Amino acid sequence: MAIAIDSGTASSIERRKISEKRSLGDRVFRRGVTAGALTSFVVMCFIAALLFFRGFEIFRAFGLDFVTTSTWDAADGTIENAKFGVAAMLVGSIVTAVIAMVVAFPFVVASALFLEFYASKKLKFILVSILDLMAAIPSIIYGLWGYLVLMPLAAGWAATINKYLGWIPIFGVEVENFDASPFVSGLVLALMILPIAMSVTREVYSRAPLDQIQAAYALGGSRWGAIRAVVLPFGRSGLVGGMLLGLGRALGETIAVLLTLNLVFEVKFQILASAGGSVASLIASRIGEATPLELKALMAAGLVLFVLTLLVNFGASSIVARAERRVQ
Amino acid sequence: METSQNKTSNPSLFTPGKMPAEMPIGTRSTSLDERMVNMSGLQTKGIHAWFGSHHVLEDISLDFPSNTVTGLIGPSGCGKSTFLRMLNRMHEFIPSASMAGEVFLDGEEIYAADVDVAAIRLQVGMVFQKPNPFPSMTIAENVLAGIKLANIKVKDKDSLLEECLTRAGLWKEVKDRLKLSGASLSGGQQQRLCIARALAVKPKVLLMDEPCSALDPGSTLKIEDTIHELSDTITVVIVTHNMQQAARVSDYCAFFLSDGHPGRIVEADRTDVVFTSPKDQRTADYVQGRFG
Amino acid sequence: MSVALGAAVSPGRPWLNRRRSFREASAPVAVALVLAAVANLVTGLAGLLGFYLAFVIFFAATSLVFGLRHDKVKAIDKFATAFVVVGFATAFIPWVSILVTLAQKGWPAIYGGYFTNDMSVTGADDDLGMGGLSHAIMGTFLILLVASVIAIPLGILTAAYITEIRGRLSGFVRVMVQSMSGVPSVVAGLFIYATVVSRYQFSGVAGALALAILMLPTIARTAEEVLKLVPEEIRSASYALGASQMATTFRIILPSARSGLITASMLGIARVAGETAPLLLTSFYSAIFSRKLTGEPLASLPMYVFQNFTVGTEHALTRAWGGAFVLLSLILSLFILARFVGGRTNK
Repeated sequence: MAIAIDSGTASSIERRKISEKRSLGDRVFRRGVTAGALTSFVVMCFIAALLFFRGFEIFRAFGLDFVTTSTWDAADGTIENAKFGVAAMLVGSIVTAVIAMVVAFPFVVASALFLEFYASKKLKFILVSILDLMAAIPSIIYGLWGYLVLMPLAAGWAATINKYLGWIPIFGVEVENFDASPFVSGLVLALMILPIAMSVTREVYSRAPLDQIQAAYALGGSRWGAIRAVVLPFGRSGLVGGMLLGLGRALGETIAVLLTLNLVFEVKFQILASAGGSVASLIASRIGEATPLELKALMAAGLVLFVLTLLVNFGASSIVARAERRVQ
Repeated sequence: METSQNKTSNPSLFTPGKMPAEMPIGTRSTSLDERMVNMSGLQTKGIHAWFGSHHVLEDISLDFPSNTVTGLIGPSGCGKSTFLRMLNRMHEFIPSASMAGEVFLDGEEIYAADVDVAAIRLQVGMVFQKPNPFPSMTIAENVLAGIKLANIKVKDKDSLLEECLTRAGLWKEVKDRLKLSGASLSGGQQQRLCIARALAVKPKVLLMDEPCSALDPGSTLKIEDTIHELSDTITVVIVTHNMQQAARVSDYCAFFLSDGHPGRIVEADRTDVVFTSPKDQRTADYVQGRFG
Repeated sequence: MSVALGAAVSPGRPWLNRRRSFREASAPVAVALVLAAVANLVTGLAGLLGFYLAFVIFFAATSLVFGLRHDKVKAIDKFATAFVVVGFATAFIPWVSILVTLAQKGWPAIYGGYFTNDMSVTGADDDLGMGGLSHAIMGTFLILLVASVIAIPLGILTAAYITEIRGRLSGFVRVMVQSMSGVPSVVAGLFIYATVVSRYQFSGVAGALALAILMLPTIARTAEEVLKLVPEEIRSASYALGASQMATTFRIILPSARSGLITASMLGIARVAGETAPLLLTSFYSAIFSRKLTGEPLASLPMYVFQNFTVGTEHALTRAWGGAFVLLSLILSLFILARFVGGRTNK
């Protein structure tokens, strides 16, 4: 049989579009499911819009001062006399979250490596199940434990650090009270972000190419040699992504921080001192007795927190996604 | 073909007395056992391998005299690669793996209880089926990776680098871009980079597991040239599916067959004998492409 | 062929030398333990934590020294092993402490009437044999029920859009779900506070709405994973029979993924059951047993814990621990149940 199409005529052939007419039921069904799927989008827009419009008066009145000053005073409830600034809370949120990251980091790496390359298959299965359960411990319990069990211990550690390293500015204190400091809060947060950061990191480590690991062994490398030559470079972006996801969690954490941190409206970098800030905890602690004007300020603070965590999470998930794409 | 014939007819390497090609198939290595153990080189005695309860290799006794190239041929799934990986103790990476028998390297049993595995792998290098340079390292770092991993002190790293890349036939192509990532090379270049990497730790034996199966014919020829050059100073064991390749590069050939049973050696002899006058009908059928 | 030996050999694993590897692993541990005990007695590293800290330091040192008997590479490898093992073990200590403390301090609060009484006639500081958290359990149950009714269908619809409809917006929807899962819980609470509570009252429904926001992304993402596991052939078979997309989805796909979807839902519930911050802003707390979801504040387990914590007296704190104990037991049972249901599907 002769094939009639040659390259000359191929371009003149029009390709048919395959079309179908869906039944009425299916069209309704597709619309319905699509509408349901867009809930998340609608809710996100609503949250952003509501926080923005409710906080608009505050943004208009204070402008950039809202994020660069630290006075929080509702005064007589009029915008002329009131002063609202979340700088101390914002800086405090970041400081506490960064402490959590720094503390958690070595444990995340060690745990991910242990589960993936040191534990036997059976042990790994058991430990991963336990870790999943630990990730489900609610933050109120972390807060309770942090306040009643960890804080007395951590205050002692803080005193020791202050005694020997107090000459470094961030470890100095003005008053020797080490309770409810960003350090204590950071330790609790470190524990809380450990499971998520660990599981993301472990996931990426587990995809480290086996042929390269074997090549490292075949060159006479030790287990650590193979990990350093292959696994750690391969998993670097996964580790960063996992830590950033943890950072997002830490920034948004409310109750555990509320219970373990003394909120003070002053920008401070003395992490051992009993004074810190957290935007999320500010909202939870003030909303009960807020005047209508202060409520607007809290909405504005909520928007700042919303945008901040959204940015961190976007960064984190795009890094993780890129790390996973690279494997395939 | 030409080089291969040169080699096998080289009297200093293969005097008829030393390599009695006319001996019955399968008994050649066992009959030479006592002498071989005292020889330098690599010998296996009665090797068996299992994965779980699956018996994949049965009673493999082979010897690989120093500075020769031995090709392991046979259909897929006959256990050649498993056997190869047992020679530098990579077999044990598979959790269900077990084995029996002995492997001697210069008279030392590599599965003995007090042996340092890393030291064995330094002496018995390996090139894998798929090129696997470390993508996070530059070309130069890749070549010297083994030195770093094993913490070997080398005085002149630059000359070692040049030497290894030259022996792997890659120096001319990469000498101006040693700082580039190893992943930036073509597949064939990557495989030669892996050979250079394996050579840098000065192994006595180099194992190659179908090193050309993922490469184009041009790269394959270059790697075969490299193998020829290497065999002056190093013992090479190469697994290959390609009959022509086995004929071109190897001095000896061992034909593996599983055929429903655990893999065994049907015939092991000088390559020219295996290819031109095999003793076993199955070998003849296989090398002439009638199955496999 | 020389196969005569075949019958006599038996498989061995010469690379596994348990006695030797045990000896090699335990020697540095034993030495470090002894040194840590000495340090515990003579230096400031007192107490259990001090002992552990001393042990960690000495273990790292002994690993290095024992490795150096071979060579530098071995020493670094042993040191790294010590770091990895100790790092993992240390991360577990706080969790063990949390569980032990919960059981220890929470147990005294629990008695028969704890689950049947509320706090309407009992003060937070009253004796422990009085009052209970029946109101909190009922409140949590109601709030989670309403939140589930809202979030589970929407979550499954979202997943079905991505796996069944496969519309143009799939990527966009996925990104939205992703970013929604990063919304801080207090922001979700604030949102409902501004839209619902400030207009009406603290109420159980408001709490449920806030939790539904937090639940939706978990369910959507887990359900997507589950629906992806439904083999493509099943879809093709259904379409080939002339079934509509709606019938295929509701009659074939969703039922065949049923237990996975149940797992997804339970994970979503467990994830939000302990949320406190959003409830503080939406359903608040009431000491009285109630089934009313609207018009008045509704108690919940996390808020019961929080409320008693803020009172802060001895009995109140014991009550807080007791509530935390009950709360965690509930969440962990949900998790284990979810695993059990999910585990059965995989087989």
